[in-house]
Amino acid sequence: MATAAKRKSPRRRQLEAAVLYPVDWLEERSGLVGGIKYFLFRKVPRDTGWFHTLGSATLTAFLVQAITGVILAFYYKPDPDSAYQSIQAITNDLTLGWLVRGMHRWGASVFIILMFLHMARVFLFGAYKYPRELNWIIGVLLLALGMAEGFTGYLLPWDQTAYWATVVGININGTAPFLGPFLAQFLQGGAAIGEDTLGKFYSLHMLALPGAIMGLIGLHLYLVIRLGVTSPPWSPEAAGRDRAPVVPSANGREGLVRPGARGGANGS
Amino acid sequence: MAPQGDCGSWYVVDTRYGARVESQEDRDLSQHDTEKPHLPPPSLWPIGFAIGIACVLTGLVVSWVAAAVGALIALVFGFLWIRDITSGVRQPAAPVETEARPLRDTGAPPAAEGEAAMPVMSEEEIAAYPRSTFLSAATLGLGAVIGGIITVPVLGFAVLPSFTNQRKPNVDLGPLENFPEGQFIIATYLEDPKVGEVSRRTMFVRNNGLLEDKPSFTMLFSRCVHLGCPVQPNGIIDSENMKTVGEQNVELTPVLVSNFGCPCHGGQYNTEGNRTAGPPVRALDRAEFSVRDGKLYLGEFYSVGEVKGAGARARIKKYGHTNPGVHVDGIEAWLYPIEVPG
Repeated sequence: MATAAKRKSPRRRQLEAAVLYPVDWLEERSGLVGGIKYFLFRKVPRDTGWFHTLGSATLTAFLVQAITGVILAFYYKPDPDSAYQSIQAITNDLTLGWLVRGMHRWGASVFIILMFLHMARVFLFGAYKYPRELNWIIGVLLLALGMAEGFTGYLLPWDQTAYWATVVGININGTAPFLGPFLAQFLQGGAAIGEDTLGKFYSLHMLALPGAIMGLIGLHLYLVIRLGVTSPPWSPEAAGRDRAPVVPSANGREGLVRPGARGGANGS
Repeated sequence: MAPQGDCGSWYVVDTRYGARVESQEDRDLSQHDTEKPHLPPPSLWPIGFAIGIACVLTGLVVSWVAAAVGALIALVFGFLWIRDITSGVRQPAAPVETEARPLRDTGAPPAAEGEAAMPVMSEEEIAAYPRSTFLSAATLGLGAVIGGIITVPVLGFAVLPSFTNQRKPNVDLGPLENFPEGQFIIATYLEDPKVGEVSRRTMFVRNNGLLEDKPSFTMLFSRCVHLGCPVQPNGIIDSENMKTVGEQNVELTPVLVSNFGCPCHGGQYNTEGNRTAGPPVRALDRAEFSVRDGKLYLGEFYSVGEVKGAGARARIKKYGHTNPGVHVDGIEAWLYPIEVPG
């Protein structure tokens, strides 16, 4: 590779400089490029596998929900008289509306399912243990907020299913001891579900809850980067024990003998 | 550590502390390398505390004495637990050198002017309240005041409208002759005509005839007291004889009812609204009524514990109108001590 780099034509070098200039400009003034590189190319244990991708999958599902949700909000009308008609228009009349609404609707289930799978992975790998307890707690909050998103979003189609499912859901909240009836009345915006309920649920669904989720995802990722990724329980590197460092043997062929060993170890 | 080879650095995968990869040099230089997890020592106090809480919860249902004993246990063990946890923190704080300025000794100026007219502060007082402390406290305090001024009305607007102005004017259900004696009528009406169909509510109304020369009506609210689904009359609905009366778009449909059933989770009620099967926690909610100028008016709603007897002679345990699923009588009612306003 080193010789290939030397053989670059002047034109190619010019081109690379032109591409790199804005990147360097940004990096010099913000450090963002280095930060993103640090995030993307940070070291992880060598025996991570597909199970470790569930968190990113959940994040992707959330991003799909956020983007499709913003676009649905272009056309949705949170008003008791027109909510149902606007959903019908999105589904039947507007070009590709059926697809985006379908993505949002089914994506909601995918998001919840992935959250549970991710949670199961973390639980079964013991990845919630010291020093990652706080990240587990943030994850539980995210799960609760995700479920709240599901609950508030379910009312928005404003059909019979949506209406009565929400009546039942709110009244389940209402059976909580002491403050349950207050919570139910707050969610309904009055003694029964009415015009205020729809607006309240829409606002919570597209502003308050996603905002909270985004903030917590930021914290969640920060802690993942700060604390690193756990090895699976079957990892030969037993938890809490330092792995014996790879000492190059006399013939300097350690890297060939143990292909799994980290690069850089045979740099002497 | 393993014996160090002749190479300059190597890498260690540290599985316990986050699988960070760090070079040996980093590791040696690192100042905050934590070798031991900062876990509290094992202790029995939380278990005692949990037992106390469990006793309180059980006592709430079973007896106040048990709750009091539980509270005592929880308090004692909670105190011991907190004392245990904070034992390390409660060491005397290290002395901090504060910003201090010596007082200028300028002799004694006339008492009415200069520094002598100001309150005299000792050096200790000045050291205890240096300018930086005052400034940070003032900044935080001012921020809190501004935050409060903004937050309180906004929070109030977010919460209070749900609990105020909930009284609805009495609904005119039309002339009395539409309610033949002993017959259930499904009466649906718009609670708030401005809002439209979403505010349509349903009552099951039965004229019980006269009781001591006063009219008597049974007025059952259709919402299931399990979780609020629409209870349906089990019987023959005479839709052909539906009438529309009044300004609130009241629809009156005669029905022959054997009992009432909820389609959601199978709650069943008899014609007095008492639960006969399924998950509901009390009898169907009812409404008060009044008769003016030969018309029937729907009044305030109320919740019902149990109905004894039937028709005009029914004896009804009446409670303030509350949410579906909320117990109004028995020990479970203790879980809902505060009535929701509005």
